[in-house]
Amino acid sequence: MPTFFERRQLVTPGDLIAEGAYIAGENTYVEDNKIYASRIGIVDYENKKVTVVALRAFYIPRVEDIVIGTVTEVGFNGWTVDINAPYQALLRASDVLSRPFKPQKDDLSQVLNVGDLIVAKIIAYDRAHDPQLTVGEPGLGKITRGQIVKITPTKIPRVIGRKGSMISTIKQETGCQIILGLNGTILITGKTSEEEELAMMAILKIDKESHTSGLTDRIAQMLKEEKKKMEENKNESKT
Amino acid sequence: MSSVITRVKQKQIAQLISKGKRLDGRGITDYREIKVEQGIIERAEGSARVLLGRTEVMVGTKIETGEPFTDTPNEGVLTVNAELVPLASSTFEPGPPDENSIELARIVDRGIRESKAIDTEKLCIQPGKKVFVVFVDVYVLNHDGNLIDASALAALAALINTKMPNYEIEEGEVKIKSGYTPLPIRKHPITVTFAKINEKLVVDPWLEEEQVMEARLSMAIDDDGNICAIQKGCSGSISPNQILEASKIAKEKAEEIRKKLEW
Amino acid sequence: MSQKPEKLIDKKGIRLDGRKPDELRSIKIEVGVLSNADGSAYIEQGKNKILAAVYGPRELHPKHLALSDRMVLRCRYHMAPFSVQERKSPAPSRREIELSKVIRESLEPAIFLEYYPRTGIDVFVEVLQADGSTRCASITAASLALADAGIPMKDLVVACSAGKVDGTIVLDLMDTEDKMGEADLPVALMPNFNAVTLLQMDGKLTLEEFENALNLAIEGCKKIYAMQKEALKAKYVSVKEEADE
Repeated sequence: MPTFFERRQLVTPGDLIAEGAYIAGENTYVEDNKIYASRIGIVDYENKKVTVVALRAFYIPRVEDIVIGTVTEVGFNGWTVDINAPYQALLRASDVLSRPFKPQKDDLSQVLNVGDLIVAKIIAYDRAHDPQLTVGEPGLGKITRGQIVKITPTKIPRVIGRKGSMISTIKQETGCQIILGLNGTILITGKTSEEEELAMMAILKIDKESHTSGLTDRIAQMLKEEKKKMEENKNESKT
Repeated sequence: MSSVITRVKQKQIAQLISKGKRLDGRGITDYREIKVEQGIIERAEGSARVLLGRTEVMVGTKIETGEPFTDTPNEGVLTVNAELVPLASSTFEPGPPDENSIELARIVDRGIRESKAIDTEKLCIQPGKKVFVVFVDVYVLNHDGNLIDASALAALAALINTKMPNYEIEEGEVKIKSGYTPLPIRKHPITVTFAKINEKLVVDPWLEEEQVMEARLSMAIDDDGNICAIQKGCSGSISPNQILEASKIAKEKAEEIRKKLEW
Repeated sequence: MSQKPEKLIDKKGIRLDGRKPDELRSIKIEVGVLSNADGSAYIEQGKNKILAAVYGPRELHPKHLALSDRMVLRCRYHMAPFSVQERKSPAPSRREIELSKVIRESLEPAIFLEYYPRTGIDVFVEVLQADGSTRCASITAASLALADAGIPMKDLVVACSAGKVDGTIVLDLMDTEDKMGEADLPVALMPNFNAVTLLQMDGKLTLEEFENALNLAIEGCKKIYAMQKEALKAKYVSVKEEADE
């Protein structure tokens, strides 16, 4: 049962990866007992499962995902939210307002308006319906401060790292709070904007180099170097 | 151009075709009945009406005088237009030509132009200044599949039927006289269209076959068996072997049709 | 405006631009060149300069165009007014409308349209400079723009033309050869499946000449396919090398 690519090799759509009794994982497809790549990415094998970790992909909603989105429309009984996916998401007024909702009396734009950022969870989604959101859980709701950075959604696991090692390093070195939207949008909240920018730099570097090895160490090193530079600048400006 | 066809019918058509049979009893390389009438619109310089099964196309030609193109100063001008008029199908909407009617016109044009069916040099009146312009207007009246072959046939029949006015040049001015000369026709290109269904190529698809086909392939063949124009259509694919097989069948069918119409 | 050259192929079998009959023009491809589009690619093939961009999948406007069971692919092939010898009006010509259709039909077979119903993908091709076989270069670039946008595809689509010039079957026609030659045959292919997704011809070829030209075009396609893959990987390979240092 032959395979034609090794782990961590780069494949492009249409590349034949394996033939025989394998299981087709994400970003692959089967034809005639052969498994092909359907997106550009890195090959991974897990027992009999062949997967391609996509380097370029958009976000496809999944129930239970935490996402960060922007309100784009205020409607009669809810809001339309852009979650950077092919489908617009809906947040019902009944989800946000604790009391019964009166469309004639309540002005929804007072609660959430166009341009507001929210952290939400996807509670429903299928092929025939747009994704539905909720903000009715702790940690969810309107965002009032911090900075947003957007990366390719498939890179989020890399930002988390094995057993959370990468994300812990970043949080530690920058002192920032970081909320990872699985749709590729990330919220960074720090005490100073310099700290926030440092965290952003680290995350963008991960997005760019996600397919390379030894990334965790390089990120840790980069953060230490940048922090030193920041300290030196502060000391210089004092003298 | 799509209206929903039931899955049951789709399966039926596909299954029959994989056995080499079709819903209307034809073989997979058989054309439906072809009827050609010429000279039906007296106001036009030439006209024809073709019935291909129940598909009906009418073509009228008009001759005017005009300027030649700068890179062909000694040649007349041919221009083909096609209209998918709303009465021909519930799927045709009124309005300016859409991509389907534009594609149809350009395919018909290619067959006539590339085969050099018309001796365009004989359309020259004053080199670089005045030539005959031949307008070919394809009017689809009923859509029951394979508009391409029906339109190409009707266009050629109309051109064969077309007469140019006689003229004389008096003191550098072109004056139209009485009497007519037939349009000089040199070749009789025939376009043969295939539909790919379940890995088989069927000739002259009718409407329901078109609704299930994966790809469409049209080839225009001249009197000497040369291919003058090809157009693959629809969102599927064809293998190189199927393409070459189609070219051989197209050559045979074109010859058959020319014989039948005595062209 | 332009004089017909005496011969398109000289006694030694060399074409007007110095190429042999079975030689491709020089090709340069870059992927991911526009920051706003979801995917993009730029190609130079001979004097052709063509930019392709993809937006989507995204909601379709107007909504009634959406299909409940699959994505809708829309394609716009357009030539800049300054792309050709005589200024071309910016309004879409009948040729551009036909080419938009056939290019769309050449890309659709390669996309898994059924994965994301009710959405649309827009492919925009802008020909900045034209020198023959622009629909082929457009398809080559558009296919990369789709992959760059992360659209799931069966295979890349690549295209190349062949034709007949001064009685000889040649590969990759430039504008003069297309206009003055005896036949022009653009072909698009999904190389891994040997599936032809675009096929057009105008001119005059015997059945045998047609077979030779078709095979030559397919060979040309396969050569360009290798360049497409390299261009797609190029962004990531250089980053990998930097990082490994």
